[in-house]
Amino acid sequence: MLKDITFGQYYESGSVIHRIDARVKILLLILIIVFIFISSNLFSILFSALGIFTIILVSGVPFSLYAKNLKAILPILLITFVINLFYGEGEALISFWKLSITTGGLYRAFYMSLRIALLIFISSALTYTTTPNDLTYAIEKLLSPLKYVGLQNAVHTLAMMMTIVLRFIPILVEETQKIMNAQKARGADLENGSLMRRIKALIPILIPLLISSIRHAYELAEAMECRCYTGGEGRTRMKQMRLTKIDFYSSCFAVLGCLIVILLNIIF
Amino acid sequence: MDNIIEVKNVTYEYVDDNLTHSAVKDFSLAVERGSFTVILGHNGSGKSTLAKLINGLYKPTKGDVIVDGMNTKDELYETEIKRRVGMVFQNPDNQLIASIVEEDVAFGPENLGIEPDEIRKRVDESLKAVDMYEFVKSTPHHLSGGQKQRIAIAGIIAMQPDCIVLDEPTAMLDPKGRKEIINTILKLNREKNITVILITHYMEEAENADRVVVMNDGAIIADSTPKRIFSDVEMLKSVGLDVPQTTELLYSLKKNGFDVSTDVISIKEAADAIEKALHLEEK
Repeated sequence: MLKDITFGQYYESGSVIHRIDARVKILLLILIIVFIFISSNLFSILFSALGIFTIILVSGVPFSLYAKNLKAILPILLITFVINLFYGEGEALISFWKLSITTGGLYRAFYMSLRIALLIFISSALTYTTTPNDLTYAIEKLLSPLKYVGLQNAVHTLAMMMTIVLRFIPILVEETQKIMNAQKARGADLENGSLMRRIKALIPILIPLLISSIRHAYELAEAMECRCYTGGEGRTRMKQMRLTKIDFYSSCFAVLGCLIVILLNIIF
Repeated sequence: MDNIIEVKNVTYEYVDDNLTHSAVKDFSLAVERGSFTVILGHNGSGKSTLAKLINGLYKPTKGDVIVDGMNTKDELYETEIKRRVGMVFQNPDNQLIASIVEEDVAFGPENLGIEPDEIRKRVDESLKAVDMYEFVKSTPHHLSGGQKQRIAIAGIIAMQPDCIVLDEPTAMLDPKGRKEIINTILKLNREKNITVILITHYMEEAENADRVVVMNDGAIIADSTPKRIFSDVEMLKSVGLDVPQTTELLYSLKKNGFDVSTDVISIKEAADAIEKALHLEEK
């Protein structure tokens, strides 16, 4: 069960959204997030919602997966909704004590919750349609202008770290499982007892895990050295990212959507 | 004779708990280009240290290691020596860097600054050479130990080395994976003419080698063909190595008065030898 955990939550469906260059996708995500915040009235936010639901539909990822992510932040969504209920002008619908729910509050609560939900949906759309590896490449590429301010090593190191993290998460998860089983076989009780006891019971798991990850690191470093790794300088990449027509069209659609949001903001 | 690797009177010392130990002592070895050499020895015989000395990961305390005319002590040749002498380690998980097979194989050539198109070609060729091309887009985590180790070998071949040093590449594998690796190594040696130095403590793996070097306590105690090494059962046992079952059987037969030759390795050869001995007995 634990073995199947992967970092990120890529879902293959081969849609157009999947084929957009990861760099473009990240930039468009930032653009769309900005415009979700800029949408200042009901019409523009509903239009944003429409746009985002179209993206979800096109992505070919089951809606239940998006809903799952929304469920994770349900408490935040509810708190936002409840708090905003009481922060509104206008006619009081229900009042008790010093608080009253107004029409303005209801509108505001709906509007703020929708905004958060949209943020979750659009960010999930990125992680569902882009492999962690592509994301890593894209982030490295997007940060590459930093080399002009003397940070070239930092960018390369960051990308290399992300690559290694992606590679070693499943290995360490599996190892944790093994150590847990080994300690259980020796009579360790991990499930019962007070919170303090259970925290203490984790120590015999964490120490071996720490030691083994240091050993992994040491051996990995030697193996990398043996494969002529000398840092980022002079390194090339097999995978080259090339912009295609899909990237151009998707960017056009996004920009068009943003213009409509601005227009709706002005008109209403 | 054209030697790709020359180890000349090398001593390697390391300090542990303020005590100086020497892993290899006044050690000399020359490896012929294109050959398949097996270095046998039990744990602590200095064989892993030797492997790391050969590709310059460790520098000798005394003496020199010369790879294709380049001294490993010379910093100028550091990367070039590592490219020419590829190294495969015991644990496949600690050698794979990327989470997609093709990207991992590309890691070496990328470090060498090779053109993207050329890397693509090399990655495909290397994966085909180890019969793992169908897994080009897979995640190493979902592969078996033997498959992961073959990916590690492909990652080395992609750098187009002249020589591959394998440091107990089969120690963590099941019998099936072990067989896959040995067949792959043999194929690379025969078809691509890559010099192979295989370090192991499984004697069966030495069966197809051109030459077997037995190490004990940082020194060579025997250096000959597999057949001759295998027939010297007493010497092998004295350094704590397990003799292959066939040799063991023939050895006890001979000790009990049967006239069999003990210099055979494969099961078929052993069966033939026993049959011959039985016929002699009848007559």
